[in-house]
Amino acid sequence: MKFSESWLREWVNPDISTDALVEQLTMAGLEVDSVEPVAGKFDRVVVGEIVNVEQHPNADKLRVCEVLGLEEKKYTVVCGAPNARPGIKVPFAMVGAELPGDIKIKKAKLRGVESFGMLCGQTELEAGDDDSGLWELADNAPVGEDLRVHLQLDDNVIEVDLTPNRSDCLGVKGIAREVGVLNRADVKAFAPAEQKIELKETFPIDISSPEDCPLYCGRVIKGVDVSRSSPLWLQEKLRRSDIRPIDAVVDVTNYVLIELGQPMHAFDLAKLSGGINVRRAEAGEKLRLLNEQEVSLTSDTLVIADQAKAVAMAGIMGGAETAVSKSTTDLLLEAAFFNPISIAGKARNYGLHTDSSHRFERGVDYQLAVEAMERATELILAIVGGKAGPIAKIEHVETLPVVRKVELRKARIEHGLGFAIPDADVVDILTRLGLTLDKEGDADWTFKVPSYRFDIAIEEDLLEELARIYGYNNLPTTTNLVPQVLPYKSESRLDVGRFDALLVARDYREVITYSFIDPSLHASCFADQPAVELLNPISADLSVMRTSLIPGLLDTLVKNVNRQHARVRLYEKGLRFVKNGEHLDQTQGIAGLLYGSRRDKSWLADKDDVDFFDIKGDVEALLKLGGLEFSFTASSEHGFMHPGQTAAVAIKGQPIGFIGALHPELVRTQGLNKSVFVFELDLQLLLESALPSFSGISRYPEVERDLAFLVKTDIAASDLLTAIESSAGENLKELKVFDIYSGEGIDSERKSVAFHLTFQHSSRTLNEDEVNKAVDAVVNTLEGDFDATLR
Amino acid sequence: MENLEALTVEALSKVEDAENLSVLDQIRVEYLGKKGNITALLKTLGKLPADERPKAGEKINLAKADVANRISERKQALEHAAIQAKLNSETIDVTLDGRNSGLGGLHPVTRTLQRIESIFASAGYSVEQGPEIEDDFHNFEALNIPSHHPARAMHDTFYISPSEVLRTHTSPVQIRTMEMQQPPIRVICPGRVYRCDSDLTHTPMFHQVEGLAVDTNISFADLKGTVDQFLKAFFETDVPVRFRPSYFPFTEPSAEVDIQCSNCAGAGCRVCKQTGWIEVMGCGMVHPNVFAHCDIDTEVYSGFAFGMGVERLAMMKYGVNDLRLFFENDLDFLRQF
Repeated sequence: MKFSESWLREWVNPDISTDALVEQLTMAGLEVDSVEPVAGKFDRVVVGEIVNVEQHPNADKLRVCEVLGLEEKKYTVVCGAPNARPGIKVPFAMVGAELPGDIKIKKAKLRGVESFGMLCGQTELEAGDDDSGLWELADNAPVGEDLRVHLQLDDNVIEVDLTPNRSDCLGVKGIAREVGVLNRADVKAFAPAEQKIELKETFPIDISSPEDCPLYCGRVIKGVDVSRSSPLWLQEKLRRSDIRPIDAVVDVTNYVLIELGQPMHAFDLAKLSGGINVRRAEAGEKLRLLNEQEVSLTSDTLVIADQAKAVAMAGIMGGAETAVSKSTTDLLLEAAFFNPISIAGKARNYGLHTDSSHRFERGVDYQLAVEAMERATELILAIVGGKAGPIAKIEHVETLPVVRKVELRKARIEHGLGFAIPDADVVDILTRLGLTLDKEGDADWTFKVPSYRFDIAIEEDLLEELARIYGYNNLPTTTNLVPQVLPYKSESRLDVGRFDALLVARDYREVITYSFIDPSLHASCFADQPAVELLNPISADLSVMRTSLIPGLLDTLVKNVNRQHARVRLYEKGLRFVKNGEHLDQTQGIAGLLYGSRRDKSWLADKDDVDFFDIKGDVEALLKLGGLEFSFTASSEHGFMHPGQTAAVAIKGQPIGFIGALHPELVRTQGLNKSVFVFELDLQLLLESALPSFSGISRYPEVERDLAFLVKTDIAASDLLTAIESSAGENLKELKVFDIYSGEGIDSERKSVAFHLTFQHSSRTLNEDEVNKAVDAVVNTLEGDFDATLR
Repeated sequence: MENLEALTVEALSKVEDAENLSVLDQIRVEYLGKKGNITALLKTLGKLPADERPKAGEKINLAKADVANRISERKQALEHAAIQAKLNSETIDVTLDGRNSGLGGLHPVTRTLQRIESIFASAGYSVEQGPEIEDDFHNFEALNIPSHHPARAMHDTFYISPSEVLRTHTSPVQIRTMEMQQPPIRVICPGRVYRCDSDLTHTPMFHQVEGLAVDTNISFADLKGTVDQFLKAFFETDVPVRFRPSYFPFTEPSAEVDIQCSNCAGAGCRVCKQTGWIEVMGCGMVHPNVFAHCDIDTEVYSGFAFGMGVERLAMMKYGVNDLRLFFENDLDFLRQF
C-alpha cells in the first residue's frame, strides 16, 4: 500500500513529524517499507511556457527558446531537449535556482547565446524517471506558479508493507483510522453526499451465486464526456500510489480504490446486453481481459456476465470488450462485495495479481459499497459530467458476513499479556478502533467487530489489539520462566556433536549442500533407484530429492577441484529421501569424502594420496564412539562404487551403510583424475552407544605370541580373526594383524598373514602349557578351516 | 716413595690430556686402582721406619686425593662437553610446522546452530527434529493456514504432490511435538526449510530454529523476556531489542523482533535501510486454533513460539555479506570458520 503523506494528512493530521508518523505506523504493525520525497530539493523553479523556438546559430543540437516565466516576463533560454516546442508548459529553473545535486543556475553564455535559466526534465528535479526530454506539464498549468506549489511537491510517498490480516488498511481511510487511534486525533468524518438522481434508468442485476457475491451495486451514468482528463491533483495522488493515470473514469475508480479501499469497475453501458448476472463461469468460457490477455475460464471462477457472455472476472479484472473507451458516453458503475474465499487464489491461477484481487482476497468492508459508489459518482459527474441514475443494490443478507461478537474476559488480559490494563483504557482503545461495546459484565465485555476488520474473531485478537495500541515495548518483560522439569536425556544415545568433533579433528570440513540435486547426477549414481521429484523445482538441475548424501559431496568436490583445491576432505549430515514402495523414508545420514594427498603439503609429510584404509580408519573411529560391535564386509551391491574396494558396514549385524572408492568410470566422467573415497552411514543408528560396564583389571603378566600363516589370497582377514577368537580360548585378551605379505618366496596364490596374540588370566599367572595349548588350537583351526599353513 | 711426586705429575698430566671418559677411567685404574701405581706406593710404607710411616702415608693419600679430584673434575668437564655436543647436534628449527596438524571445521550454519542450541539447552529446552517432506496438515492446516489463506501465497512452496510439500518453516515440528507430548513443553526445532525463491538475498534452502514453550501461566511478557535474553546472549552484548506487531497465522498476538543496527548504533544507515533497526526473528503467543489441532486445553495452558533464520544470524555474527556463499561450499569460504 503506497500513498502520499499529504493525502493521509487530509484525513487525519496529528501534530507530528513525518519521521514520527512513520515510526508510529511501523510500531503499530503497519510496517513502513520506505519513505521517499516526491521530488528532490530545489527552489525557484516555476511553470514556464515555451512561446517561440529557434535553431541555435552555432550548435546543431541546441535551440534558443523564448519562455514565459515569473510575472509573465519573457526569458531567453538555450535548451537541448528534443521535445522543446512552442506551446508546451515545462518546469523552468530561473537564474538563482538551486537544483538537486547542488546545481546552481546562473546566467550563462552557451556557444555565444546568452541563456537565462534552464528548462527541466523529471530526472533533473528527481521527480520521476522520465529522462527523454522536458517534463511536459498540463496545458492549464498557470505560468509563473512555483512548481512545488503547483504540483504539491512538498510531500512524501509512504509505502506500507501490510500483513495479510490488515486488509482494512488497504485504503487511505483505513490508515487514517489507525493514525487517529494512535494519536487520539480526529479523523475526517467522511460521508459523500448522496448524488442527485437525474435519471430513472437502472440496469437489471441478478446474482446467481449469492454465496460468492452477497452484495452488488450498480449505477447508470449517462452522457459523460470522456475526452476530459482527470484533474492534476487527482492524477498526482494516483501517481504517488504508483498508479498510471489512464482516463478520467478509470482514474476515479482507482482513486476510490486507494482512498476507501473499495475496488470498483466501470462498464461501457452501450456494450452490455440485457442485464448483469454474477455467476460462476462455464468451464472453458472465454474472456479477453483489460490487459488483452485471453483466458479460458474454469468453473470455479466467479464472473460478471451480461446476457451474452462473461464481461469481467469478478473482483479481479474487467474485460476488454466492455471497457470504457474514447467513444463511451454511458456507464454502468459497479461496487460489490465478493466473499474472500471465492476470490482467494483465483487470480494466481491465471497468473494475475491486481489491486482489486489483492483486496478482495483479504476482505473488503462489506458495508462500504454504497459509500464508494456515491464517492465515485460525485467525482465522475464533476470531472466528465453526465447524469446519474439511482443505485441498484442487490443484497443477499443471508450470505453477507454476520456482525461478529467477541467476548473479552478481564482476567485474560493480565494472563495473556502479563499486565493489567485499566478497564476504562480497554474500552477506550477498542472503541476508538471501531469496535462497539455490546455488553459489559463484572468479569467480561462483549464487543461487536466492525465490518472492515476481518481479522478479529476471538479473544486473543482483542488482546493483540490492546497490546498493539498500548505499544508492545511498553508491555512488561519477565525473566522468571524456569523449567519445571529437567529434560530427559539418555546416556546411551550419543550427541551428534561428538561425530562433528571427531571428523573435524580428523581434518574433515563440514559442508551443507542442497537437498535437491541434479537428476542426471542422481542417475549416474543410482541408476535404478527412483528419486522423489519436485513438481515445481527452482531449476532443472535442482529437481529431485537426494536419496544419498554422496552426490552432493561429489558435486562439491568437483566444484572445489575446479577452483584449484587439490586436496579435499568433506562431510555432511542430513536427511535422505528414499521411496520404499508407497512409503517415503526420511532418514538422517552422515557421509564423508576424501580426495587427493593424505596429508596437507608439508616439509615432513608423506606425499601419498589417500587410500581405502585412510577413510576406513576414520569410519572405525566414528564407530568406536558408540562402543558397539561393528563389522566390514566386502560388498559389490552399489553400482557406482568400486567393486573391489567397497565394504558394507554393520553394527551388531545390522547394516548401517557402506564405505569405499567410487567407481573409476564415475570418477572419470566427473573429470577427476584421482580416486575418490566415500562413506555414508545411517546417523540415527550410529547414535546408539553402549554404556560402559566395568569388568575388572588383571594384575598378572601378559604372554605374547606371534603367528604367521600362509592362506589363499582371497580369504578375508576378518574371517581369520573370527576363527582365532573363537578357538584361542578365554584367556586371549588382544588380537591384531601386524603384517600382510605376498610376493617373492611365496606361492603366488597365497599370502602370509601375521597375527599378534596377547594372553592374560584375570586371577593368576598363565603357565607355558596353557598358552601353548591355545596356540595349538588356533593353528589346528586355521589349518582345518582355511587350509592355512603355519610359517 | 721418591717417585711419588713424579707419578703424581705424570698422572695429572694424563688426566688433563684425557679426551674421553673411557681414557679417564683407564687413568684412574692405572694410578688409583687396587693395583694402581700410586696405590702401590702404600704397600712400600712397611719398608719405612715406623716414625716416618704416618707422614709418608699422609703424603701418598693426599696425592691420591689430588689425582682423584682432578679425575672427577675432568670427568665432569668431559660429561658436560658430551651433553653440549649432543645438544648441538640435536638442535632443530622449532619454527617449522608440526606433524599432522590438519584440522577441519564446522559449517558456519552448524556452528551458529550449536551456539543457539547451547544457549537454549541451558534454559531447559530440548532439541526436536522432524521430516523435511511434510504433509499439508502439519505444514499449513494445523498451523492455522487453511488452503485459501493468503499467507500460503507468501510461502513460495515446493510441492512433491498436491498434499506433500518441502516444509516451508520449522513450525510443523511444533505440531509434531505437541501431538506427542503434553505440557510443560520447552523445545527448539532446528533444521532445513525450503522456499521456491532464488536471488541475491534468497536461497531455495535455508535454516530456521523454531522455539516453543507451553505451560500454565505463560504470557507475552515471558515471550519478550526469553527473546530479549536470547538475543543479548547470542550477540554477547546488551543490544537494544524492540518488538513490532506483526502477523503469523499460528500466533496471536504476533511480533517481529528487531535489534538495533550495530553498523550505525541506531542512527540509520544503508545496512538498516535508515531505520536504525534490523529484523532478526518472528514470534508470538500460540494461536488457540493451533492448540486445538493438538488437543491442548487453552483454558489451562498457554504458550509462545518464536522462529529465526540461522543464516541471517550467522551473517550478522561473522560479517558474511552474501547468503549464497553458505551453499556454494567453497573451501576458501569454509576455512574461515
